[in-house]
Amino acid sequence: MTPLFRAALFVAAITTIPITGLAAQDTLRLVLRYDPNTKPGVLVLRIPGVNGDSLRAILQRDFDNGDRINVVAADETGFPDAPTAGKNGNYPLYAKLGAVALVQATPTATGLHVAVHDVAQQKVARVKDFIIDGAPNSRDWRMSVHNVSDELEAWVTGARGIAATRVAYVHGLRNGRMYVVDSDGAFPTPVGDDSGVMSPSWHPKGTHLAYSVVTARGCCQIYVLDLASGDARRIEAVGGGLNSTPVFAPDGAVIVYTHGEESGTDLFATTVFERGPARRITVGRGSDNTSPTFSPDGRRLAFTSGRLGHPEIYISDADGTNPQPLTYSVGDQNYRANPDWSPDGRLVAYQSQQADGSFQLNTISLRDHSVKQLTSDGSNEDASWAPDSRHIIFSSTRTGSKQLFVIDSESGRWRQLTRNGGVRLPAWSPPLTR
Amino acid sequence: MHRASRIVSLSVIGLVALGACKKKPEVAPAPAEQPAPAPQPAPPPPAPTQPTCDAACVEARNNAAKAEAIRAATAALTTTIYFELDRSDITDDSRAKLDAKVPVLSQNTGVRIRIAGHTDSRGSDEYNLALGQRRAAAAKRYLTDRGIDGSRIEIVSFGEERPTCTDESEGCWSRNRRDEFEITGGQITAVQTSSR
Repeated sequence: MTPLFRAALFVAAITTIPITGLAAQDTLRLVLRYDPNTKPGVLVLRIPGVNGDSLRAILQRDFDNGDRINVVAADETGFPDAPTAGKNGNYPLYAKLGAVALVQATPTATGLHVAVHDVAQQKVARVKDFIIDGAPNSRDWRMSVHNVSDELEAWVTGARGIAATRVAYVHGLRNGRMYVVDSDGAFPTPVGDDSGVMSPSWHPKGTHLAYSVVTARGCCQIYVLDLASGDARRIEAVGGGLNSTPVFAPDGAVIVYTHGEESGTDLFATTVFERGPARRITVGRGSDNTSPTFSPDGRRLAFTSGRLGHPEIYISDADGTNPQPLTYSVGDQNYRANPDWSPDGRLVAYQSQQADGSFQLNTISLRDHSVKQLTSDGSNEDASWAPDSRHIIFSSTRTGSKQLFVIDSESGRWRQLTRNGGVRLPAWSPPLTR
Repeated sequence: MHRASRIVSLSVIGLVALGACKKKPEVAPAPAEQPAPAPQPAPPPPAPTQPTCDAACVEARNNAAKAEAIRAATAALTTTIYFELDRSDITDDSRAKLDAKVPVLSQNTGVRIRIAGHTDSRGSDEYNLALGQRRAAAAKRYLTDRGIDGSRIEIVSFGEERPTCTDESEGCWSRNRRDEFEITGGQITAVQTSSR
């Protein structure tokens, strides 16, 4: 077990102790700040220019949301903007604050010049000129800045951040519309014209969304929305009956979805951008088989199946052969559903029903089938992994009406992403450039 | 079958007086190809023992009885059935309700229906779409097993997307776990008005 992981477990253990008078989120934040040694400290220096404060706030929040960096807070007025080396230099002051790296950003004509200082070495470790698109504080501009955050996070930690991503979701518990919101909660934006949307799913390049639409005539047809043009197209090969839960294969050319008429529902596949036949994948013999998710190499599928009497998570090859239960345990009638395969291939997240009827999120390891429960407040559903295979977006009733939350599967720390009631079925995008 | 016709005829007798003016739209437009079986072309002498009811009166009474029988048949055909949690099996209670639909469908071969399966709000939204489909399919299979042509029955699912109530209580959940029946084509014209 790595020291970082052990520390994370320690933190998780502490956060389960209720502290009267504090909201759970406050508790988590306090405890995490209490043990700064689990993550490298990074101090973002004051950024000059009219948008300097916004830029700095975005970088700091992105680092904080990534959960791999400890953002060192400092009263800028007490420290010079530029670090100085040498015997009388100020690097040791930054070291004393817990910073191992300093981010020094300067606006340029086209964007931002960034230097990252190594505090221990007392020198600049890396520089780069980033291009920032769009009008300050616009949607494109913020996405450009998030890309800076993600690259800096990779410089410091070795793992790229997830700030330059979005979450698609359904707003409305019935007749819902599809929305896309930035990973930090900015710009919740309706996309497409359909109402009755369910189960949005991203194209692996982030260019399209597949989803199903429930109409007054019932469930459903499958559509693919081109985010650049705004055009939505029905997938004609899918045909009549029930058609739901489309997901793109990692190659982006094929979708797998649920189709049912009169004897249960099964998974089918068809091509998205060229017309092709629909090909059957599962043989459920009258049971329900739904909510597919691909392994990152595209060779396997996990899905929900009721073939043994109640819903459980199953795994099969991508062509439907070799189906095996992943979560089944004899005698346990509570049900498990909505799997999402982590982008690194190691874990499947899903929702597991408890004795009180609520759902909690679990992960199961594909290596040893060990299960870890991630949530316990309210009912938590519809898990979708971030590209870092660490954060998960989900819907939860923990604050009342269904809202979206992000949880760090390693520390248990969570934050609320949406704030206007009745949202569900989130899907985390791949890394985006704009 | 027996029980069903008795139910229809009992309601006819009980409600005959109300029938004529209720639920007009369901009887109003007679289908062109099959004119409503003419209410017996006025048999001349009315029953002498009933001097208070002349020919017009009898006709009105017959029409009222028929309208009420159609209303009752329509009600039987569109009666909602309910399910146990996470199940699509037909319960005993539902079986009686489905049995009452069979004669209406078999006597009115032009009638087409849509069965919409619904679930309660618990469970996964996505899985519930599939469960609703399975519930609708279960009712369709029950009817086709009793001789009704499957091409007359369309099935759809709404999962938990169209609840009749939204409280989080068993009282509400049990009302949402249902199949709804809607007439989508044809008209009910043939009804058993008496089985005595």
